[in-house]
Amino acid sequence: MSSCNCGNSNLTIIYSCSGAADLGSLSDLSARKLRDDKVGSMSCLAAVGAGLSGFIESAKAADKCITIDGCAVACAKKKLESIGISSKSFVLTEMGYEKGNTAVNEKTVSEAVSKIKTNICG
Amino acid sequence: MKVIKILGTGCMKCEKLEQSARKAAEEMGIEFTIEKVKDLNKIMDYGVMMTPALVVDDEVKSVGKILDPDEIKKYLK
Repeated sequence: MSSCNCGNSNLTIIYSCSGAADLGSLSDLSARKLRDDKVGSMSCLAAVGAGLSGFIESAKAADKCITIDGCAVACAKKKLESIGISSKSFVLTEMGYEKGNTAVNEKTVSEAVSKIKTNICG
Repeated sequence: MKVIKILGTGCMKCEKLEQSARKAAEEMGIEFTIEKVKDLNKIMDYGVMMTPALVVDDEVKSVGKILDPDEIKKYLK
């Protein structure tokens, strides 16, 4: 948020699981790239998990929440569901990435971001 | 004593939320203070991503909404 955004009617917030495995890292870097590409703002899943009111109320106020999870455990998606929020969910293992066997580099981040952008609507 | 904070950079919507909060507290007859927080870094410290936001006793109650006094009263009980 760089200036007054009162009445901002198109707030999209991106959350990543940022888990310990390679795909957690890929989820995190993909979320950051999407933020840098102005797809939405990025917020902290850990803060939502910690129950911090500002982060929770912001998630509730968003027009759209996008979650990027590394694997089917889907921590980001489920954490938002636990506070009553449905998200547009992306699970990297369901997008062709193998947990424990994925190189996390500029190429894979770019590829994952491209796949997410292609499927972001709907 | 309720400590009310209005997070926002000072536009009309922030002003309206402050007026509603003040009216709610006055109608309830409670002791209160209202502080406007305009510094973006301080607003971000709350994790608030859309303004105006209403904070009561350091807990964020609403984000991105202008609430009417009746809606605010439930947060001041």
